[in-house]
Amino acid sequence: MNGHLFLGEQVRLSSDDPLKKAEAFSRWRRDSEFSRLLDSGPASVWSVSKIKEWNEKYEDKDPYSEYFFTIHTIEDDRMIGFIGLDGIRWNHGDCWVGIGLGERDYWGKGYGTDAMRIILRYAFSELNLHRVSLNVFGYNPRAIHSYEKAGFKHEGSIRQFLFREGRRWDLVHMGILKEEWEQNARRDG
Amino acid sequence: MSIEIPLFYGNLICFTPIDREKDPEIESHWTHDPEYMRMVSLAPARPLAPSGVKKKYEAIEKAAEEGKNSFYFAVRTVPREGVESRLAGFVLIDWIEWNNGVGNVSLGIGDPKDRCHGYGTEALNMVLRYAFFELNLFRLTAIVPEYNQAALRLFHKAGFVEEVRQRQALSRDGRRWDLIHLGILRQEME
Repeated sequence: MNGHLFLGEQVRLSSDDPLKKAEAFSRWRRDSEFSRLLDSGPASVWSVSKIKEWNEKYEDKDPYSEYFFTIHTIEDDRMIGFIGLDGIRWNHGDCWVGIGLGERDYWGKGYGTDAMRIILRYAFSELNLHRVSLNVFGYNPRAIHSYEKAGFKHEGSIRQFLFREGRRWDLVHMGILKEEWEQNARRDG
Repeated sequence: MSIEIPLFYGNLICFTPIDREKDPEIESHWTHDPEYMRMVSLAPARPLAPSGVKKKYEAIEKAAEEGKNSFYFAVRTVPREGVESRLAGFVLIDWIEWNNGVGNVSLGIGDPKDRCHGYGTEALNMVLRYAFFELNLFRLTAIVPEYNQAALRLFHKAGFVEEVRQRQALSRDGRRWDLIHLGILRQEME
């Protein structure tokens, strides 16, 4: 049994109080680059109370349909982002993963990849899913590289899905199967 | 392209509003056909009573009204001499993102006797015209299970191309199937 299910090398997955999360999300959302890397909807700004309201509505939903964590650094226990599984189709064993690092200082340093490795282990060895899916915007090569490192394979692109800064961009789909994750785990010892 | 071309009337079928009184009984029958349910939905197949279908209609109409990002049409046969119009299926455009000009399209023909008569082909052509020349969307996506060969043929015939293949995303009848995303751009229609 793995006693460190929520622990990685640089980060751990955690849970924080609604107000703390809402304050961070409201602040992160004012960084339009963060918002445009995260969502295809129009970037906008939201008050702490509005975000708290949404989060609470979310938490009232079926607890078995999504698993949401905050990401904390191990070195100084700072909350730097979130990661979550949602859209779980239990009958098919498939789900979506979404991740966001709101603290820019932690971009491109392996924190996100580490969080992704933890949640894949959670998806495959605790939730017993068969695969994990994600999509990522064509203008986010840093994320694509991170997902490749975590073991995701390219599964195609929705052509010209996004329209930003006067041009169109693809929506890239990636996925990882349980058997691929197991192979990677064996390879990495 | 001209403003007089009817958006809601074809040669075989027409797009109509939901009839909350009469349609639930008919669609309830369709839901007892597991083959149909597995073609149109990834959720576990189960029959719906007419009251359940009615609730579904209410949710569809509420979503269309509140979200302004979905459009649903009940597909009916065009009345002919001596033959009344009847409910044959549905078409739906949802997940519309107006800022990106994108949406998702799905359709279903409920009664097996109504399939292979060109209803689906005409409904798809009509909904494409609606999406691209009335809603002014830039592209549409259709998500189809690998085992639904009839739908894949239909979308390919209309000009869709395969864009994404989510490997082994579905499990049915003891084996795994891919989930295929097809897409068409407005410029490919023109």
